[in-house]
Amino acid sequence: MAKTMEQTTERKARGQVAEIWHQFSRNKGAMVGSFIVLVIAFIAIFADVLLDYDTQVVGQNVAERLQWPSAAHWFGTDELGRDIFFRILYGTRFSCSVGLVAVSIGLVIGVTLGAIAGFFGGALEEVIMRSTDILSAVPNMLMAIVIVSVLGQSIWNLMLAVGITSVPQFVRITRAAVLTVRNQEYVEASKAIGLTNGKIIFKHILPNCLSPIIVQATLRVASAIISASSLSFLGLGVPAPAPEWGSLLSGGRKYIRDYSYMTLFPGLAIMITVLALNMMGDGLRDSLDPKLKK
Amino acid sequence: MHRYIIKRLLLMIPVIIGVSFLVFFIMDLAPGDAVDLMAPEGATAEDLMAIRHDLGLDQPVVIRYIRYMGGMLHGDMGISYVSKTDVFDTYMQKLPATIKLSFASILVSVLLSVPLGIYSATRQGTIQDNISMVLAMIGLSMPNFWLGLLLIIAFSLHIHLFPSGGDQTLSAIVLPALTIGTGLMATLTRTTRSSMLDVLKQEYLRTARAKGIPEKTVVMSHALRNALIPIITIIGTQLAGVLGGSVLTETVFAWPGVGRLIVDSLNMRDTPLVTGSIIMTTILLSIVLLLVDLLYAVVDPRIKAQYIIKRGRKKRG
Repeated sequence: MAKTMEQTTERKARGQVAEIWHQFSRNKGAMVGSFIVLVIAFIAIFADVLLDYDTQVVGQNVAERLQWPSAAHWFGTDELGRDIFFRILYGTRFSCSVGLVAVSIGLVIGVTLGAIAGFFGGALEEVIMRSTDILSAVPNMLMAIVIVSVLGQSIWNLMLAVGITSVPQFVRITRAAVLTVRNQEYVEASKAIGLTNGKIIFKHILPNCLSPIIVQATLRVASAIISASSLSFLGLGVPAPAPEWGSLLSGGRKYIRDYSYMTLFPGLAIMITVLALNMMGDGLRDSLDPKLKK
Repeated sequence: MHRYIIKRLLLMIPVIIGVSFLVFFIMDLAPGDAVDLMAPEGATAEDLMAIRHDLGLDQPVVIRYIRYMGGMLHGDMGISYVSKTDVFDTYMQKLPATIKLSFASILVSVLLSVPLGIYSATRQGTIQDNISMVLAMIGLSMPNFWLGLLLIIAFSLHIHLFPSGGDQTLSAIVLPALTIGTGLMATLTRTTRSSMLDVLKQEYLRTARAKGIPEKTVVMSHALRNALIPIITIIGTQLAGVLGGSVLTETVFAWPGVGRLIVDSLNMRDTPLVTGSIIMTTILLSIVLLLVDLLYAVVDPRIKAQYIIKRGRKKRG
């Protein structure tokens, strides 16, 4: 008994964040994933310092076209003599920013609507949830394809399309989380002292609903990168000559018979990024939400 | 149960209206319409106007939408702007290929993941378990269309085992089904594993073992049967997902299904065909998901009981 008391106080002293970190850092997969995510983020942020966009990324060099991987060109060169390794490296910036911005769009819209639905209930909730049902009744990929092909091919429309299709999941998760804390005493207390609804939602309710939202956001970035590259592959993504990974794959497809390395490497880049994000997300879920731990 | 089915079917109506509204209006935002794309070279502005008038495109969008929905009530989904064929017929022509591919993919996924999930669950924490879980995670992280391309490189360009596309021969389905199936495998393996782990801890399995039943029978018949519900759920949602979302794989393998139909008609700005196909796909998915829900009740009497309890509560409330 005394021992458990001691453990509890020790745990409290360590604080919630430290406790989560303790859990997270014990998960090897999650740590490896996070490390890779950090490296990728570094490459994405400093891509223009590492490489010169005009000469090394989009600059053509027909004399060295279609070369198989070698010491000079690690991943080979494409049909215009551009180094595929450099293009993939710089492409990190496009693919990751599409993933991040798209999920941020979905997050902001989804969390706001979900919080409103969960907090106010009633007719407002009905309207929001039924609209969410309608949006999610159309398969995500189809919806995204329709949106981009209507709005036109550009990186912003790509972000918007992938973002909109991830709204329903955030609405549902946030609403469910808000419902569990809505009737807690501290919420009633905030109401009693006359706080405005906006303050209650953003300062008192949402901070207590963060765990499932953070986990969902991490995993969503992973699937958003795949969706974005799929759209680019269909020719609906970032316009040429920007080296987005999906566009690289779609470009390599024409040469698949004789120059298969052009197909291999961009896909590998997508897979490693998504795998790292998934491992990080799984680790976050285990440490943030002990209930879900199996 | 009947009431539940009717209620679910009725709930589909507002969703279908909502989806058609959404798709119709998004398509209307597009700059340029089918007429610009299909007009013969040298057509005058008057010619274009005449074509628009014939197609009803000179009317405001709300009027066109109401007309469209009026037609739908009679089962008429309009005529394709481009091929001049009936939308419903065109969709139905492409549907069998998508259904064939979907079932083949689900078969691949089930045959690979259920045994792997059981294998992992019975060896929880061992190296074999960890390797299978890492493989599942890799499968989840691989862009599907890329896997398709890799399979084409390996099995169609290097060893000429399977065709790289089309639907002419029976063996043509192998690579696309393998592509989608492997993509689905990750989730299904993980679900099978965790569901089996839950069941393996139950006491009635200890009883079964104590009675001297061989371990194989305990796992395969006593445990698996009780672990089935989450597995069926995932198979059902995956089936719905594949029916509606194999656009990429259909493109990679030139598979003549619904996904390609939608992408092609989008490129042609063929609004009736796009709207009709998406509405049909949505209806199809809702029906599949409803069937899955009903299947639980068949598999598990406890769930059937829940439907009845819910109804009882509502009556009282």
